[in-house]
Amino acid sequence: METIVHEFPPYREGETAHAPEAHGHHEDIGFWRKYIFSSDHKVIGIQYGFTALCFMLFGFFLMLMMRWQIAHPGAPMPVVGPMLAKLLGQPAAGGIMSPELYNSFGAMHGTIMVFLAIVPLAFAAFGNYVVPLMIGAPDMAFPRVNMASYQAYVLGGIVMLVSFFIPGGAAQAGWTSYSPLATSIPTAGQLFWIIGMVLLITSSLLGAVNFIATIIQLRAPGMTWMRLPFFVWAQFVTAFLLLLAFPPLEAAALMQLMDNAAHTSFFLPTGLAVGGQLAHISGGGSPLLWQHLFWFLGHPEVYVLILPGMGIVCEIIANNTRKPIWGYKSLVYSVLVVGFLSFIVWAHHMYLTGMGTTIATFFQATTMMISIPSVIILTCLFISLWGGSIRFNTPMLFALGFLPMFGIGGLTGLPLGLAPTDIPLHDTYYVIAHFHYVVAPGTIFALFAGIYYWFPKMTGRRMNEFWGRVHFWGSLVFMNLVFMPMFAQGIEGMLRRMADGGANYSAARVPGALNTLPNDIMALHTWILWAAIALGLAQIPFIINLFWSINRGEKVRSDNPWEATTLEWQAPTPPPHGNFAEPPQIYRGPYEYSVPGHATDFTPQNEPDRPGAPALSPAH
Amino acid sequence: MEIPYAVYPRPDTGIYNAKVGIWLFLASEVMLFGALFSTYIILRTGLVEWPHGELNVWLGMANTFILIGSSVTMVMAWAALKMRNFGRHRVYLIVTFLLAGVFLVNKYFEYADHFRRGEGPWHTTFLAIYYTLTGLHGLHILGGMVVMAYLIGPGSRLWAKQPEQFTNRVEYTGLYWHFVDLVWIFLFPILYLL
Repeated sequence: METIVHEFPPYREGETAHAPEAHGHHEDIGFWRKYIFSSDHKVIGIQYGFTALCFMLFGFFLMLMMRWQIAHPGAPMPVVGPMLAKLLGQPAAGGIMSPELYNSFGAMHGTIMVFLAIVPLAFAAFGNYVVPLMIGAPDMAFPRVNMASYQAYVLGGIVMLVSFFIPGGAAQAGWTSYSPLATSIPTAGQLFWIIGMVLLITSSLLGAVNFIATIIQLRAPGMTWMRLPFFVWAQFVTAFLLLLAFPPLEAAALMQLMDNAAHTSFFLPTGLAVGGQLAHISGGGSPLLWQHLFWFLGHPEVYVLILPGMGIVCEIIANNTRKPIWGYKSLVYSVLVVGFLSFIVWAHHMYLTGMGTTIATFFQATTMMISIPSVIILTCLFISLWGGSIRFNTPMLFALGFLPMFGIGGLTGLPLGLAPTDIPLHDTYYVIAHFHYVVAPGTIFALFAGIYYWFPKMTGRRMNEFWGRVHFWGSLVFMNLVFMPMFAQGIEGMLRRMADGGANYSAARVPGALNTLPNDIMALHTWILWAAIALGLAQIPFIINLFWSINRGEKVRSDNPWEATTLEWQAPTPPPHGNFAEPPQIYRGPYEYSVPGHATDFTPQNEPDRPGAPALSPAH
Repeated sequence: MEIPYAVYPRPDTGIYNAKVGIWLFLASEVMLFGALFSTYIILRTGLVEWPHGELNVWLGMANTFILIGSSVTMVMAWAALKMRNFGRHRVYLIVTFLLAGVFLVNKYFEYADHFRRGEGPWHTTFLAIYYTLTGLHGLHILGGMVVMAYLIGPGSRLWAKQPEQFTNRVEYTGLYWHFVDLVWIFLFPILYLL
């Protein structure tokens, strides 16, 4: 076996720009090939990340406008109201959000946040940038498929955005697009939604195939399965979820497309009346079928949203506690079990559909079962903190914030997994609060952590630590002020998707009327509005910090500023096309921190057992 | 920069990259058609009556044998490459392409016959399922034909430079093609016979 002796650190700054490249990649390939139509996994990762962050901000603004409408029903929106009236015309006449516009903002907020912001950022952006580096690969297995995946994503996003400006506006049937509602609303918005979704699904499928093939095929010599960093495992399982759960939604979208465009009746029942008139359809369809197909994707999608976040948090916790992750194998097996079980819990979103107690029992059982591996993952991460010498930097703060926030989100989900408690809570603000705790202070905190953590690898500079902390504390406080009151509102029975925040429906403004929402519960709307605005302001330091640090941030002094063990930190900064100057050889597991007797408190995965000694035979 | 195992199999997994990719893609395709077949079962069991004899069984059967035949010629096209016989490979691939074309022409006659009688997908649930499933399958046939046209035309130049890689391309095109045939093997009985 040929021995490669690595000096540590293998590459130093200054050498990086001239890393020896056998195939001559220093020829000028031009701006368009390099930054726009690139097939380099790192550029695509950054493209995904930037686009997804823009969509996330856009989805946030949609929500802010909706919060204004809920808190002040029928009042013209300040600042953005006149602009909206000019842009969208009738639905926003006088700067007032009409109920139709509220519905389409609601539907698009969900769609954009899930399919255009979080999944692309968590799975595609971090996955693309980090996974090939972590496994020691020169690129993804199919670089051009990777580029096509990004282009399909952008195209899907454009279709979604364009739909705001067509007559009748964007889709209004919620991000779940339940039939027959979705087919009955007389606007082409739903058609745009379906076509946009088919493009986004295509993008996800291409990405998923690429990730799985990359992780199976392109692991560097010695990178055995149980030496993969947990983040790679999380992305691996996520890719399988996307690969197998999205096609049924694609099938459902095609059938809804047929219902919309060819006037079939896949999801339209016999005797359907629309606007008091019997609809001219052949009938015989099943609205329940749409729900089954939608949630067959919808529930694995929840884990698509959360697993990459858990992976990021795991990496950062290992790095900043300076000790091995507690229970690496439990983490790996748990994430596999979560992935499998997530395919058989979907109907817990449908207890109110009258699908029968036998089926409900099955799905209650599987739902309780899936909480076991989820709790194991969270517990392992918590126990990993025990006895660590914790460095409280910005990525670590966000990672630590993730743990209790995701804990709240997960535990409040248990009552929703059981039919008797779900039925009164179904479709209330309690549900909104629950899944936002999972995704917003949960996943989004993990994503922020990841951005702060990997930023030095992407740019060679750190983000500002002080403003990072401001960003963290602002986000933590205001996230909770936004979402915590929603639990109270939901338990009192406030329904989601009410354009006036329940003022009319609950007769809350009629004193003494039966079954009203108490005034203090209604007053929380104003509270949430201002907390949401403050949450938006808390993101300004982040946005400025992100762009400012690209060129002005503090320069890192080595390729491995966090003194991490995983492979991406052993590559040059920023890694050139092809990543590693010479193919890395892996000798050890991913989290060998504070190994007794070792000179430093971290032992990189590609460091031979004794420097200068012949390499052990690789595990393959 | 070169992607490892793009042409030759990785020793421990025993497979080259694109073959992993195509198998994963086919797994997602199984889920896609699986959802549609589930729809067929759920909608059919929910209906009071299910029409019989609406489709031309003989034409459907002819198409079944045409596709099975095309699967055989596809394998032969790949086997010919393995035996380094490029001429025979071309003949077989062109025959496969033509068989796929004949399948679509037959399908066109079936569709046209229904439309002449005003029986579009909006007519009944059966026809909605029929058009959607066979239509999506037809798109897959068309996709296969595009790939084959590429391999017959401009893509064939790769044989001179990279015979191994070209053979791989024919192999995974074949895997996809067998899957498309297999879908039809299920579609034919559930739509034409049962």
